[in-house]
Amino acid sequence: MRATRAVELGTGMFVLLGFAALFFLVTQITNREVGFGDAGYRVTASFDQVGGLKPGAPVSMSGVTVGRVESIGYDFALYQAVVVLRIDGRYDRIPADSDASIFTAGLLGGQYVGIAPGGSETFLKDGDRIEFTQSAIVLENLISKFLFSKAGEQGTAAGTEGTN
Amino acid sequence: MPQAGSEPKDSCVVRVRGLRYAVGGREIFSALDLDVERGSVTAIMGPSGTGKTTLLRLITGQLIADAGEVTVAGQEVRLLGRVGLYALRRRMGMLFQNGALLSDLDVYENVAFPLREHTRLPEPLIRNIVLTKLHAVGLRGAARLMTYELSGGMARRVALARAIVMDPEILIYDEPFVGLDPISLGVVLRLIRELNDALGITSIVVSHDVREISAVADRAYLLSGGRVAASGRPASLLESESGEVRQFMKGLPDGPVPFHYPAPDYAEQLLGGGPT
Amino acid sequence: MRHVVRELVRGAVDSLVLLGRYARFVARLLAETPRALLRFGLVVEQVYKSGALSLVIIMLSGLFVGMVLGLQGFDLLERFGSEESLGTAAALGLVKELGPVVAALLFAGRAGTALASELGLMRATDQLSAMEMMAVDPVRRVVMPRFLGGVVAMPLLAGIFSMIGIFGAQLVGVQMMGVDSGQFWSQMQGAVERGDVMEGVVKSCVFGVACSAIAVYEGYHSVPTAEGVGRATTRTVVISSVMVLLLDYMLTAVMM
Repeated sequence: MRATRAVELGTGMFVLLGFAALFFLVTQITNREVGFGDAGYRVTASFDQVGGLKPGAPVSMSGVTVGRVESIGYDFALYQAVVVLRIDGRYDRIPADSDASIFTAGLLGGQYVGIAPGGSETFLKDGDRIEFTQSAIVLENLISKFLFSKAGEQGTAAGTEGTN
Repeated sequence: MPQAGSEPKDSCVVRVRGLRYAVGGREIFSALDLDVERGSVTAIMGPSGTGKTTLLRLITGQLIADAGEVTVAGQEVRLLGRVGLYALRRRMGMLFQNGALLSDLDVYENVAFPLREHTRLPEPLIRNIVLTKLHAVGLRGAARLMTYELSGGMARRVALARAIVMDPEILIYDEPFVGLDPISLGVVLRLIRELNDALGITSIVVSHDVREISAVADRAYLLSGGRVAASGRPASLLESESGEVRQFMKGLPDGPVPFHYPAPDYAEQLLGGGPT
Repeated sequence: MRHVVRELVRGAVDSLVLLGRYARFVARLLAETPRALLRFGLVVEQVYKSGALSLVIIMLSGLFVGMVLGLQGFDLLERFGSEESLGTAAALGLVKELGPVVAALLFAGRAGTALASELGLMRATDQLSAMEMMAVDPVRRVVMPRFLGGVVAMPLLAGIFSMIGIFGAQLVGVQMMGVDSGQFWSQMQGAVERGDVMEGVVKSCVFGVACSAIAVYEGYHSVPTAEGVGRATTRTVVISSVMVLLLDYMLTAVMM
């Protein structure tokens, strides 16, 4: 072929652009850092209620994503949900007595696990269990609680009126 | 004129015996015998549709005969596997009707193609061989033209250069004179003879151009109705008494090969208004 | 009535025969693949022809499809007051579905027809027979590089299509409709998973094999006349389009 060099150059540019596009799709429109892979360590935490928490949800400390929820299972010994968290290896100084809570991002947003650091000198390592947990707040429960307490207030208010 | 089959075996490069071949129930060859002598130019002639090209395909192993034997350079084509067949074809060159140059390559690369596919020669050597062969057909200056820039005659000469680039023992021409102007035709005729004599090639030329064939061939076969109607030196064919041979060689419109395709009676069809 | 039944039966048998021929041909192509990869230069040339030369149409179409997604998505999501999910909607739609499918359809129209007509012309002008006479296997020398070139080019084209499409959606959604840029990207990143991207890549690889195989099959087996070449290109587009949509449904169902 006469224009071999031009063809090779064009092909090279096309292939480069193609792989750049795939790389862009994998890294820029998804939220997982490249090379995260299996690195890091796993810790577990048990919750009475995980609500709408899904595998892949972020684990954050003070708003910084330090890991992801790897899997969610149910433990029949504890009658609790067991959540496996995979924490990035860079964050290896999380106190062992930290507590984990499930929060909701915004009113209707997805749920995530928030870790509040404790004061211990020992740090969480692979296979550890976070003892202190706070379950997800289920909106329906919250609303019904709120309504019942309102009703209770009104009931007592009516009672005091009646005594007058 | 030597009788077919009487020559010693080694002088005979292509040997066809009792060849039978049919397509879709229509028999093209019934019992064909044919010999091509080493170093000769052998012509295969015949009216259109007698299976001249089919015969070439049978000789080159692109088609396999239903019965009979086709022996090329001592090997029976039918018994060769794919590898053997390809090995045999490397000893043959073939010139297709329209040249059949590869359209995405230029002239130089077309001629270099068999070398690049079959050898690992260094580039300077390939260049030398290609230029030599192009020079032989008078187109060394056209090496960098693309195939679509060539005239019909030039394309055929390039194809000829490509056919001889591997130094074949047998060179096969399929209708090499069709659609050429008189000058190109003269060039191709001269090349066929010169290449044959200079390189010691055995040539097989399929054509229906009687005059050109007579000028170049040592021996001619006239095919008709699935068999050899006549064979011998072209001059002797011209003098043949057989009606069939005379009709073809002299170009008479009517004769044993009828002018009319078989049809119902003319008057009856016109008057009767029957189906056409 | 019996005539109709007979015709139907014959049609069914013919389709099965065609399917069988295709299967054998594709099996041959796959079997030849390792050997063909050794002649890398030939494949590169075909990646250029199938891929680089389809780039302009792919990028233009990607841009417009993305912009339409931006408009339509905005209109739809605004009704639910969640226009910041536009990024998610556009990215998922493009990466999983529109990127591979539309790129494959465009590929069939641009590169597939070029392949089929090129091979058909080579058949009609005896180039393939000439190669056989030169003891060169045309499947190895001509068909395989073209097939592999298409297979390599397809996922890359689909990726480029999706990327340009996302930018097109961003252009309309963020620049024109006023969706918050941060929301657009972060919502997308939160919702799109690597598996979604992989689903698109797998699809486009399958489409690449299918479209390339159909194009080279139709071209290689075309009737050696001008009309035959024309019919081969038409069949390429028709069969490729139907196969892409059929395979798309099957793959989507499998990977859900």
